[in-house]
Amino acid sequence: MGKRVGMEVSIAAAEAVKQCNVDVISAYPITPQTHIVEKLSELVANGELDAEFFCVESEHSALSVCVGAAAAGARAFTCTSSQGLALMSEITFIASGLRLPMLMILANRTLSAPLSIWNDHSDAMMIRDCGWIQFFVENGQEVYDHVFISYRLGEDPSVLFPVIINMDGFILSHVIEPIELIEQEKIDQFLPPYQPLYRLHPDRPITMGAYALPSIFMETKKAQEVALRSSIPKILETWKAFGEMTGRYYSPVETYKAEDAETLLVTMGSFGETASVAVDRMRKEGRAVGLVKIRLWRPFPFEAFKRATLHAKQLVVIDRAISVGACGPVASEIKAALYGEPVRPSIYNFVAGISGRDVAPSDFIKMVDKAEVEIEEGNREGFELYGVRE
Amino acid sequence: MTKPEYEWTWKELPVGNVILEPGNASQYRTGDWKTLKPVLNKELCVHCGLCYIYCPDMAYHLDEEGYFVADLFYCKGCGICSTECPTGAISMVLEEEK
Repeated sequence: MGKRVGMEVSIAAAEAVKQCNVDVISAYPITPQTHIVEKLSELVANGELDAEFFCVESEHSALSVCVGAAAAGARAFTCTSSQGLALMSEITFIASGLRLPMLMILANRTLSAPLSIWNDHSDAMMIRDCGWIQFFVENGQEVYDHVFISYRLGEDPSVLFPVIINMDGFILSHVIEPIELIEQEKIDQFLPPYQPLYRLHPDRPITMGAYALPSIFMETKKAQEVALRSSIPKILETWKAFGEMTGRYYSPVETYKAEDAETLLVTMGSFGETASVAVDRMRKEGRAVGLVKIRLWRPFPFEAFKRATLHAKQLVVIDRAISVGACGPVASEIKAALYGEPVRPSIYNFVAGISGRDVAPSDFIKMVDKAEVEIEEGNREGFELYGVRE
Repeated sequence: MTKPEYEWTWKELPVGNVILEPGNASQYRTGDWKTLKPVLNKELCVHCGLCYIYCPDMAYHLDEEGYFVADLFYCKGCGICSTECPTGAISMVLEEEK
């Protein structure tokens, strides 16, 4: 068993990246991602990590460098937040279209305007459709663990996709948590050196990123779509292998006291830990409330989600972002996922915790109270921004 | 030589759509972009080759009789050859489905 130490989650993330022996790190500092790349810069500068650290002039270049590095067969890492992701968003689609494995840790932060540095999922939702494998993790240990999981998964010859680990900015990135570190020998066994299927090399010239006419573009998109959708078994397999190594088993949709629940809270990211406290309190009062946490956001685990939720009477979906003019993006995904079911739970959607607004266990209880009353009164498709002053 | 792009199925595409065989751009039928096609009046042609020189897509080639003619598989119908022809031998004609 590895050593358990108290450390800032950003530092643990940087340690994991180091343990993966990455070749190229390319990033531009932005709050709240900063500590991760600062630490990596230090590790490279003092010789603990033999990697190229690119101090680029923008996030657009940061991800472009990673694309070039991955195309040449390197293991690449980048890290950003909010406006930084907005600037690199163009390249996110290119990395996945070229099927280049790499890892991005996204310390989730609100997109302007108004300007804010605090946490929500608006940045992640902006690039929801970029074709990367996208995880939302719940605590520091999951951040650390998913660095290894992501590289092994993304680089698998049957997968070959870039991966994003979404971690809530500040709530996770700046918090000191107990992290169980994994011995380097175990990591070296779990994560073999990257063997690219194709790479740019003068001895065997190939073209990457060529123009595609309308007569072939749709075929390329279908190939990408099928490949991403089909990566789910490999994601499960990778989590299983990781569980066998560490005893920490992960799943695309994690449940907590959900089996006999009539009302299920649905969360993504660090909301899950707070919501589980709320569930415990409500269970003590004898209420049949449980929790479903979505860890795998893309490819969306439709089957696992249905298995976890179809028995419930109602879902209270808590989004940490808003699709202005529609509803919460997670809620709209879930409504689509369950639409085809003859019997399905009512879905009440709250948007909460936008821009770092605190959401305490008592707030989850209030949301469940409100949703149960509203649904009882016949409002089966409710949507509201929680806790807004009228 | 690889096959034209409109014959590929999605299952056959290499991962990431890399191009493993060089030179497959020659298989792109850019000729279906055009609405006007160049038609040569051989009686006015003086074999100067300006159409060949100016063509931005290198669609022109010398035929066996010594005339420069456009390969309509590549010609995008820009009309530069027609504009530059010193004797007015090239006219642009509406390309209609047969």
